[in-house]
Amino acid sequence: MDFWPFLFLASLEGLVQAAILSLTALGLSLVFGVMRIVNVAHGEFYMLGGVIAWSIISFIDINPALNFAIAIVIAPIIVAIIAYICNILILKPLKYKADATIIATIGILYITQQTALIYFGADAKAVEPPLYFPIQFPWFGYSGYKLMVILAAIIILLITWYIIAKTKIGLIMRATQLDGEMAQVFGININKVYAAVFAVGAAYAAIAAILILPIRQAHYLMGQDPLFLSFIVVIIGGLGSIRGTIIAAIIIGMSDGIMSVFFSPTMAKMLSTIFVAMILIVKPGGLFGNSSK
Amino acid sequence: MKYSDNIKSISLHMGVVTALFLLQFILPDYYHLTITRIMVLSVFAMGYNLIFGYVGLLSLGHAMFFGVGLYCAGITSYYFAWNALEAFIAAIICGMIFSFIIGLMIVRTTGVSFMIVTMMFSQSAYLATLYFIEYTNGDEGFIIPQSSRIFFIFSQKIDLTNPDIRYNIALALLAITIGIIFKITRSPFGLSLIAIRENPARTAMLGYNIFAIKLKSVVISGIISASAGGAYALLFAYVGSSFTSIEYSIDVMLYTLLGGAGTILGPIIGAFLMFFIIDIISGYTIAYMIIIGIILIFLILFFPRGILGTIKDKWLKWLP
Repeated sequence: MDFWPFLFLASLEGLVQAAILSLTALGLSLVFGVMRIVNVAHGEFYMLGGVIAWSIISFIDINPALNFAIAIVIAPIIVAIIAYICNILILKPLKYKADATIIATIGILYITQQTALIYFGADAKAVEPPLYFPIQFPWFGYSGYKLMVILAAIIILLITWYIIAKTKIGLIMRATQLDGEMAQVFGININKVYAAVFAVGAAYAAIAAILILPIRQAHYLMGQDPLFLSFIVVIIGGLGSIRGTIIAAIIIGMSDGIMSVFFSPTMAKMLSTIFVAMILIVKPGGLFGNSSK
Repeated sequence: MKYSDNIKSISLHMGVVTALFLLQFILPDYYHLTITRIMVLSVFAMGYNLIFGYVGLLSLGHAMFFGVGLYCAGITSYYFAWNALEAFIAAIICGMIFSFIIGLMIVRTTGVSFMIVTMMFSQSAYLATLYFIEYTNGDEGFIIPQSSRIFFIFSQKIDLTNPDIRYNIALALLAITIGIIFKITRSPFGLSLIAIRENPARTAMLGYNIFAIKLKSVVISGIISASAGGAYALLFAYVGSSFTSIEYSIDVMLYTLLGGAGTILGPIIGAFLMFFIIDIISGYTIAYMIIIGIILIFLILFFPRGILGTIKDKWLKWLP
């Protein structure tokens, strides 16, 4: 293949990566923005989404499209409920203190990951794509499902933007994010907001994982890479900023997709990790806002 | 600090070291190796505790310091055929240089940023061990040759393949580390660390150079961790990527939390307990790491000061 078609293919792969990443990172960004906690277990909610969806699909087993449709509705709800329970039992009693919650979410990470290992096993499990229609470009054929993933991500992002920017729910969220205490004075029950945001954040990760399931496979360790990439995206994009998160997700997703076609993926990951650490050091207060207060 | 308290705590620490020394004559051979390993990991945990427990900096990437010592000792003895003593010194020097450079960067951040930055640097170090797979052999790692594990001090032959010698070398390293940390906690420098943990703004206002103090503590912590890494490589003759992974950083945090952050003996107690808990659990399930999660959450919810921290708060106020 020539260079340009190759680059085009790499960009398409990058876009798929960006779509998944923007959903995952959005969940993390919402949680950090509103609750000011770093959720290390975010990748595990992603994993749970994938694993639970796989279980649902293999349990129903009618036809690929219907299986998938049911899974993508039910699995995120189950994940959201799990996240809700984690929040009530663990994070709320810790009063959302930064140090304590990061340690607690590491604990949640281990528990969910190992539970998945016990019930799901160590093997990767594949899911059939809900629809087959290869799109023929002049140089190569491309999976239509991957384009659907991009489209689905765009729709979900637009809905999110609408809810946050235009509705009362969004207003309450933004108020809590801006000044939790003041929001409380105005009669907002911020504990309810926190609980909802944590559950919804987890559901975003779950949806992202289910969308990618037919392309990659379900595995109990599938949450690790998305966690790191989401951290990178959230740091570069600026916290709680939805627009920043999405732009950063597109840049990181595209460059990750393109770089890993041209360079060694390990090298690409290493350099981007160092680069992001440097951003945090050079602008300690800037990108992370007043998180350390 | 009262004079009697001083005597009490010195004799307590001497007692712990003596007890560990005597233990080798009672225990069956299988436990020799386990306890040697735990003692080396305790040294690592004590290095971690210096910045987590005393300065209050929650590092999520201490495995990188351990890893630097490990790889430095491993590579010098494997590729340059240095003997164990030279390789160990190299590990300490590398640890010092590495932690100084990393320290210069990470100390600029506080709070959440510090945790994430340490985690990211550590992850980069882990990826580096995978990237340079021709030299490190990645996850599979490499075995240090027997010839590098024999050296002479004052024409006295020391053979690291002998389990008794390994046990006592690990114990000596542990005793030295206890001594160093004990000395630090009694010094004005040690008190300034606690002052930073309790109230950084006020400490700065009193004229302390917080940046320099934190940097110094990171370097000392890095050296101790790297010495543990170097010792681990040479005593057990194995070097691999998994020792620089995030899980390893979490393990050492868990030892410290369980035993009691900010106490000298806490990390040692934590390391011993966790080792035996995991040993028991792994007999029942492959997913033994679940216990790490459960203990972490249990500790942070109900027992944030750890075992020794709680004892210190309730009964033994003089514990350093």
